[in-house]
Amino acid sequence: MSTSDIPHRGGDAALINASIAELRAGLAAGEYTANDLSAAFAARIETIDPSLNSLVSRVEPVEPASETGRLAGIPYVHKDIFCAKGTRTTCGSRMLADWVAPYDSTVHERLTRSGAVLLGKANMDEFAMGSSNENSHFGAVANPWDTNAVPGGSSGGSAAAVAARLVPFATGTDTGGSIRQPAAFCGVTGIKPTYGRVSRYGMIAYASSFDQGGVIAKSAEDCATVLGEMAGFDERDSTSADREVPDYAATLNDSIAGLRVGIPRQWFSEALDPAVGDAVTAAIDELRAAGAETVEIDLPDADIALAAYYLLAPAEASSNLSRFDGVRFGYRCEDPKDLQDLYERSRSEGFGAEVKRRILVGTYALSAGYYDAFYRRAQKARRLVTDHFQRAFEQCDVIAGPVTPTPAFDRGAHSDDPAKMYLEDIFTIPVNLAGLPGMSVPAGFVAGRPVGLQLIGRHFDEARLLNVAHQYQQRVDWHTRMPSLGGDSSNH
Amino acid sequence: MSLTNDQLQAVAHLARIAVEPDWAEALRSDINGILEQADRLDDPRLNDLEPMAHPLDQVQRLRPDEVTETDDRETLMAAAPAQENGLFLVPKVIE
Repeated sequence: MSTSDIPHRGGDAALINASIAELRAGLAAGEYTANDLSAAFAARIETIDPSLNSLVSRVEPVEPASETGRLAGIPYVHKDIFCAKGTRTTCGSRMLADWVAPYDSTVHERLTRSGAVLLGKANMDEFAMGSSNENSHFGAVANPWDTNAVPGGSSGGSAAAVAARLVPFATGTDTGGSIRQPAAFCGVTGIKPTYGRVSRYGMIAYASSFDQGGVIAKSAEDCATVLGEMAGFDERDSTSADREVPDYAATLNDSIAGLRVGIPRQWFSEALDPAVGDAVTAAIDELRAAGAETVEIDLPDADIALAAYYLLAPAEASSNLSRFDGVRFGYRCEDPKDLQDLYERSRSEGFGAEVKRRILVGTYALSAGYYDAFYRRAQKARRLVTDHFQRAFEQCDVIAGPVTPTPAFDRGAHSDDPAKMYLEDIFTIPVNLAGLPGMSVPAGFVAGRPVGLQLIGRHFDEARLLNVAHQYQQRVDWHTRMPSLGGDSSNH
Repeated sequence: MSLTNDQLQAVAHLARIAVEPDWAEALRSDINGILEQADRLDDPRLNDLEPMAHPLDQVQRLRPDEVTETDDRETLMAAAPAQENGLFLVPKVIE
């Protein structure tokens, strides 16, 4: 391929479906330059994103900071929760609609050092609160597989952008499922690492004891490459884990023969759409065909996990979001009559409904007289759920199950009932309570909408998850499927 | 456990969020829907468990007490919605 073959109207299926390793090889062989690549993907964003709204801002690409890094010349977008100095960083909120980050997040710094090229900031549910990306100040995001469907959330823009092949990868964050659920809904691969694996420095806080940055990409192999560059100890994040980061690529091809895969029997209940259950079961059969052994395990009390999360995360959010006061940065109301009015109206006008709901629930759960009944009780439930995982991992090496009870739902379907929307997270939240690593891997379709297989590992066992996901992706081609998009002939 | 309108207004005041009357009823019903799920935490198995505040058992790291970040007042003040002479402006607090 010569540089004249680089598509400027988004038609070159070979390039947009290429893995990061293939793109790096193309760059090394001089088939195209980093500038060609960023121009080609930027042109694709220009053509296709207006129908998706997956990006909040576009960023003018710059020369890669490294020519030899593992991501040298590879374009990407950040979930708009990651600070990148000099770029507008909105967190999907009116509160930060005009805020320009004065510093770099550690994730951004590391990706830049590795040579990755930022093309934009991805749309998201406001302050990462949501499961449908309908809570963004910048409008909802369409699912590239079916524009009537939600892309999931809160990293909905990141997942939609990767699914539509607007970029080879995107960053995301996962507090209660916000990487895995949109990855499942959009048919892409996502990994939420162990709590503490990726630095939270410069990542706008929602619920600090749950928040974890990660990757959304086309394949487990690409996730391994990107995560390897992002992960690792950071002294600027006091909860960062001081542990060595293994070479994730080195173990991708290990055999999974004899691997013990735990199947949580409670997750295949009436709450699960039978068609989703069938797709997930077929995926587990593939793991068995690759030599893995399956063992039934118990992961009860998902309903207790959900109840605990929807007290604990809002409690932490109510504290974290108290910094938005209309004084130092962010949105400020017009003509405040006194200080109280300044605070109240700036926050009421600057935050959307779901953010305000969670702040109020959290404030209530922490308030005098209710702390023991709600917050402390929820912390005990967190222990219960974590103990269930600990017992399960005595019987197995990884856990496999569904990511979500249903495929992507229609836009507007749950927007009038927050408690119902929260049920979307029933299989993802327990993992965040325990701080474990989890992945979503494309595992088929139900009525044209993607389904995800969830893999859960022990603390810091990302290498194993990526290995299992990669072995699965050697046997199936779900992750290579691409949605048909308007003005694009590369569907296959 | 459900929230009365007075309780909602008290919590809203603590959170410095104004709840306009036309939103109060719908909001109260949403929040009560969420709090209803919290009834599931009335489970005797939880009674004797140690509350878990954090997913990893690790001790808080300490670092040498040294200045690592330089003063960047100009950049940070540039983000302020209202400022004068390097100071944040707020409505008059003392008459």
